[in-house]
Amino acid sequence: MKPRTMFEKIWQNHVIHEEAGKPSLLYIDLHLVHEVTSPQAFEGLRLAGRKVRRPDLTFATMDHNVPTADRFNVKDPISRQQMETLTQNCEEFGITLADLNSPDQGIVHVIGPELGLTTPGKTIVCGDSHTSTHGAFGALAFGIGTSEVEHVLATQCLQQSKPKTMEVRVNGDLPFGVSAKDLILAIIAKYGTDFATGYVIEYTGEAIRKLTMEERMTVCNMTIEGGARAGLIAPDQTTFDYLKGKRYAPQGEDFLAAVEAWKQLVTDEGATYDTVVEIEASEIAPQVTWGTSPGMGTDITKTVPAPESFETANQRKAAQDALAYMGLTPGTPMSEIKIDRVFIGSCTNGRIEDLRKAAEVAKGRKVAPSVHAMVVPGSQLVKQIAEQEGLHLIFQEAGFDWRESGCSMCLAMNPDILSEGERCASTSNRNFEGRQGRGGRTHLVSPEMAAAAAIAGHFVDVREWKRENASKEVFQ
Amino acid sequence: MNPFVIHTGVAAPLDRVNVDTDAIIPKQFLKRIERSGFGQFLFYEWRFEVDGSPIDSFILNTPAYKDATVLLARNNFGCGSSREHAPWALLDYGFRAIIAPSFADIFYNNCFKNGILPIKLSEEQVDELFKRAQGKENYQLTIDLQEQVVKDNDGLSYPFEVDAYRRYCLLNGLDDIGITLQYEDKIAAYEARR
Repeated sequence: MKPRTMFEKIWQNHVIHEEAGKPSLLYIDLHLVHEVTSPQAFEGLRLAGRKVRRPDLTFATMDHNVPTADRFNVKDPISRQQMETLTQNCEEFGITLADLNSPDQGIVHVIGPELGLTTPGKTIVCGDSHTSTHGAFGALAFGIGTSEVEHVLATQCLQQSKPKTMEVRVNGDLPFGVSAKDLILAIIAKYGTDFATGYVIEYTGEAIRKLTMEERMTVCNMTIEGGARAGLIAPDQTTFDYLKGKRYAPQGEDFLAAVEAWKQLVTDEGATYDTVVEIEASEIAPQVTWGTSPGMGTDITKTVPAPESFETANQRKAAQDALAYMGLTPGTPMSEIKIDRVFIGSCTNGRIEDLRKAAEVAKGRKVAPSVHAMVVPGSQLVKQIAEQEGLHLIFQEAGFDWRESGCSMCLAMNPDILSEGERCASTSNRNFEGRQGRGGRTHLVSPEMAAAAAIAGHFVDVREWKRENASKEVFQ
Repeated sequence: MNPFVIHTGVAAPLDRVNVDTDAIIPKQFLKRIERSGFGQFLFYEWRFEVDGSPIDSFILNTPAYKDATVLLARNNFGCGSSREHAPWALLDYGFRAIIAPSFADIFYNNCFKNGILPIKLSEEQVDELFKRAQGKENYQLTIDLQEQVVKDNDGLSYPFEVDAYRRYCLLNGLDDIGITLQYEDKIAAYEARR
């Protein structure tokens, strides 16, 4: 048989019907649902007198609207109605729901993996663009619109035209103090926010193999910010170790059999991709975005760029608009940009390892008096583990606000919102105008960089602090 | 879904790259549980001051483009969130077609599900359309999906590519779910062996 990429294998395993000139009909193994993009889909089912074909392959939670301070007190009546609507829809159609009372509640892309719903080789969809996160397990996972949510609810299938494939090979090792977030931000800064439109990316190379599952999820999560339909990373021992014992993952003998099957998914020797991009991990430094698109980012050691330095007229205009919105002057060192707020959380960086890394930086230090810093665990389980480890105490002693789980200020649909002109170091995924609040200014960074910025009151090169921490440990 | 066959309307030039779906419809308006009524919130933070008064300089607040039904846009239009509220808002406002050099994947797909035609033209062609739309009051474009061509009244004529199947569904206003359910036997057979 012709050597195949992992994408081709998963695709072929799920094609139900193919016909020249038409999209393929793909079977969907897991459909994740949340309160924002589903109400109109359920309403569509009701109007057409349709049922949910496979409630057993559908799993719902509420995350976008959830308050993270007083979580049961949803003050916004429209938010409350949206959450109540999801509860009613799940009851009516027989779908398992992790609501606010559930210990499983959390951001949909955090709980899928931690419950073991996400496993290699599956097709996974959700009415949310960051569904690409689940690709970290070697699952073909992508975001869909509400019409498609309705389509999957009704048929458990999706009409899809076959995307092209791109290999992004990351050679070498990430340098000391450089995170997976820096890697994906650097890739997008280099190639742009639409370099992968129409493609499914498979990340390969030494640096990728050495990433933990949580780091892989960060990379795949922001793959959508490069325009790709999905990101994939081949499953390996790191993946299997993560999944072992997870509640919905196969158990016992079944798990061993599943691992053998998962091993067959990896790209065959000699298989080719439509495009290949190579990155040298050693060249990457901690990243900070300066603009209003995730591709507008640079190294912490550099300065805010001048609009004239860009190639095309459209780019120059975009940079000019972005700097005006962000209130930044070209030539300002990134490390001199002062911040007012810090948000550590989201489906990009709200997992337990992210919080551990931020806590490591925060430990024994104090948040700058002018800064309000917030840590929002990605799920109730992340929160519980963090509290068992005492991370909440480290954060609280340093002056961080320790919150309940949800999407929170990543998109500010709940009360966590920036005021006009406030500048925020955020571990989330989008620095769009107004994303975190009208007139709010978002700088995307890693959890370590965000924690360090909270303490210094401006961006700092966290590598210096990490070196300091490391040398302290040696002398202790 | 309303079919799209041929449409003539005023073209509004929105001169920004990477227009994201947060800009098209900000998150505070995603809480509604209906599909309708989103047009009033389209481009909200560019269109309205904090107190709700219109921002005169925004293109859709300029009298010449107020009734536009064709949107001219730049690269990577519709990037970001998968929210279908973005095409719902555009449609509800009155837009039936969007012309840009490139679109984000999910948004592009969502348009077809709602009877909006997204058209990809080259950067040079889009530049030319911007020039014409900015240079003339009431600049109208006719979009013919049957013939796959964009025309104006001054002799401009740009053919465009569109996936044949998407074109067929849009011309006929077909419901995807109905089409998929024709393969019920195949779905059931797949489920039996998975």
